Amino acid sequence: MKKLTLALALGLAAAIALPALAQAREVTFTTELQDYNGDGAYTALYLTDANGRYQGTLWVAGEKSKYYKHLRGWAQGSGLRSNEYDGLTGATVGSGRSMTLTLDLSDELIDAGYEVRVDTAVEDRRDNRADAVIPLTTDGAGQPVSGRGYVQSLRYTF
Amino acid sequence: MLRQLHSLPGLIASLFAIVLTVTGAVLSLNPALERAGTAVPDAGQISVAKLAGRVAQHYPGAEQIERTPSGTLIVYYTRDNQVGADRVDPRNGQAIAAYEPSQFSRWVKNLHRSLLLDTPGRAAAGTAALAIVVLAISGATLLMTRLGGWRQLLRPVRGSLSQRLHIEPGRAALLGLLLSALTGTYLSATTFGLAPEGMEAEPDFPLEVSGGTPAAIDTLTALKATDLSDLQELVYPYPGDPTGTYSLNTDQGAGYIDPASGEWLSYQPHGTTHRLHELIYRLHTGEGFWWLGLTLGLAALTVPVMAVTGPLIWWKRQRSKPRIAANSRPNAADSVVLVGSESNTTWGFARALHDSLTSAGQRVHTAPMNQLAPHYRSAKQLFILTATYGNGKAPASASRFLARLKKITKTPELPVAVLGFGDQQFPHFCGFAKDVEVALTARNWPRLLPLDTIDRQSAQAFARWGHAVGKALGIDLTPVHTPVHPRTTALKLAERIDYGADVHAPTAVLRFTAPGGGRKSGLPSRLPGRSGLPHFEAGDLVGILPPGSPVPRFYSLASASKDGVLEICVRQHPGGLCSNFLHALPVGDTIDTFIQPNPDFRPASSKAPVVLIGAGTGIGPLVGFIRRNRAHHPMHLYWGGRNPQSDFLYETELNAYLADRRLTELNAAFSRVDEGAYVQDRIAVDGVELRRLIEKGAQILVCGGRDMAASVLATLNEVIAPLGMDVATLKAQGRYREDVY
Repeated sequence: MKKLTLALALGLAAAIALPALAQAREVTFTTELQDYNGDGAYTALYLTDANGRYQGTLWVAGEKSKYYKHLRGWAQGSGLRSNEYDGLTGATVGSGRSMTLTLDLSDELIDAGYEVRVDTAVEDRRDNRADAVIPLTTDGAGQPVSGRGYVQSLRYTF
Repeated sequence: MLRQLHSLPGLIASLFAIVLTVTGAVLSLNPALERAGTAVPDAGQISVAKLAGRVAQHYPGAEQIERTPSGTLIVYYTRDNQVGADRVDPRNGQAIAAYEPSQFSRWVKNLHRSLLLDTPGRAAAGTAALAIVVLAISGATLLMTRLGGWRQLLRPVRGSLSQRLHIEPGRAALLGLLLSALTGTYLSATTFGLAPEGMEAEPDFPLEVSGGTPAAIDTLTALKATDLSDLQELVYPYPGDPTGTYSLNTDQGAGYIDPASGEWLSYQPHGTTHRLHELIYRLHTGEGFWWLGLTLGLAALTVPVMAVTGPLIWWKRQRSKPRIAANSRPNAADSVVLVGSESNTTWGFARALHDSLTSAGQRVHTAPMNQLAPHYRSAKQLFILTATYGNGKAPASASRFLARLKKITKTPELPVAVLGFGDQQFPHFCGFAKDVEVALTARNWPRLLPLDTIDRQSAQAFARWGHAVGKALGIDLTPVHTPVHPRTTALKLAERIDYGADVHAPTAVLRFTAPGGGRKSGLPSRLPGRSGLPHFEAGDLVGILPPGSPVPRFYSLASASKDGVLEICVRQHPGGLCSNFLHALPVGDTIDTFIQPNPDFRPASSKAPVVLIGAGTGIGPLVGFIRRNRAHHPMHLYWGGRNPQSDFLYETELNAYLADRRLTELNAAFSRVDEGAYVQDRIAVDGVELRRLIEKGAQILVCGGRDMAASVLATLNEVIAPLGMDVATLKAQGRYREDVY
């Protein structure tokens, strides 16, 4: 279990250009993994718009940046530029374990068509682009969605 | 130094090395197993486009095709919003089975690279790999020194069982182990950022794609131009992503392909470091080289054997090392005692001198002669106590002494006293001690006392010498030497066969068994360890303490402990204390014995012919070798006696061994008959045959009296001169060994 608190510094103009107006709230994301047969999963949580276009990195779990290219969707969106994920990385998530991530998100990202996606990859096993996708809405808080690959469930609470 | 470089990392790393190599050997099966379960089309037969077209028929939701170096094709797909992975047949794109990596393999792999301990474990595994590199190199160098040069590295080795089990597999596996350990060390170094891992910038993500209607995958130009055998992975565009592209990674490079036009949007060939890294990785894992993988796995399995025998050898050497109480450091000592000893008896005398000097208030440093230092800071006198090995050679602990002495440029102001140990019966009595004395004189080394000698470990003579030392130093010195013998085993005389009474050479074959062993005499025991005998091989020596003498007498063994009896062949010498004692010993009586290994005198483990030469009781160990020749290697025996009617030792046994081919040829010569001949005469007559055998790589083992051995050597020199060789060459190659008394 991981408890992380960080202020999200997205590349979004709205989120950083209007610090005085923007209200932020604390959001906790919980990513639960299945009991799959394999080593710890490289896992990326990132924000996209409604069309799936990359907007910013929330967290990358995985020690070695040389394997990040296997987080396919996130890699394509972030271009694997290290300034996109500096300070936002940690250890891989083991099979059957869950990862909790707490951060401050600008209110403007809620109910505005934004989604959070999770890409996963495990050594000697398949990569899962968009393993789980969850839209950021007020109503969606606390409603878990299930993943296609190693992700058992993904949910967030305010 | 080299030996320490070998034993220290060996002792520390042995457990880790066992884990690393056993797991490595298990993993080495994977590439071969994978290859066996895969149909691999020849290069140039199928393009990636063609394969992708076939796959598309069965997997509309294909997301990625991966080709392992072994040729296995894996398709990752989504079906009904569930992800999956299948192994597919390249010939039709159909599923073979779901792809599910083995849990056992994963566990073994993690044990192999991190001992299941994550980062600290990875560091330990990497260090162990480096230790194997050091061990392989230092081991090969040690072996080279032992065998006398790199070119001799493949020559047969002699030694105890654990030594042979250490050397022979290690030598066979050397190159494989070096390859595995070097590549493993490199891979570990990359993990810790200590070596470049061939990381290169990914090809640029294309910022613009044509945006046209995606074309059928089997029509894409770039995929058509790529052969399946070069494929590493092909990743499909994400469904519904307008900027999606194919991403293709091949053995040559990587890039992105436009899904509409089929052209490369960006491409980057792999750099040299990347390719090198990939090659090293494959060499280590055997991926794509299944035959190499299996070879390396087999080589790795020798490490557990060496990791057990190595510490065993080390332990035996440590145990046989003499212990000196209150030994000062070389530079702190007033007196330095250097010891030249083959079988450690001289150490007993050194200890006596050490103790008496210490109780006289001196600080004493006692060390093997091989540790001679160019300078001892506070030493006032130097003592050299040395035995002599064989025909005047340096004993084991002094083998490098003369060479080290030569390297000392400035003779120190350190008065020396040399004391030689030996047996007056031998012609080269204290030969090495005399050589040392001469070498010291040549360098104008100051003298504390002139060279003195001790015959047959005489305690009185040693006490006299100690007294003289005390006088020279102006102190009262009475070194007392009490001989310490190895732990003895009591053995019972079970059977005796007497020969030679008529030719005035009474000789007896004596067979001993363990008193409680309960075995019938002469019956070989097939069950090792059940006979109650200590372990020994034919050719080793048995020490026997005759009543009334503290000095043991040694006899060559004519049997191995596996034979279930301890057998010696003893000639009765007039006035000989021990031989008379043994000849008078009634069957059923017991004697005290101990074993002294003599690993240099036995046939090397090879298929080359063996020529055994002996006279009189020298036949003992030779018969022992023949008896154990169950593999039927060619063995030729030349033996000399006096009269076939009286002292044809082992006649019945030898005929039996000829019949069952344990003995190839028997040449016996008798001196006390009409037209009598000695064994060397038979050798001269048989020159052609002997040259043929020596050309086939024969090894020669000579056992018997000193004069016979000298005559045999001279005769053989003449016999093999036409081959452009002499016995000295054979000796240097380890193919001529003597056990002479």
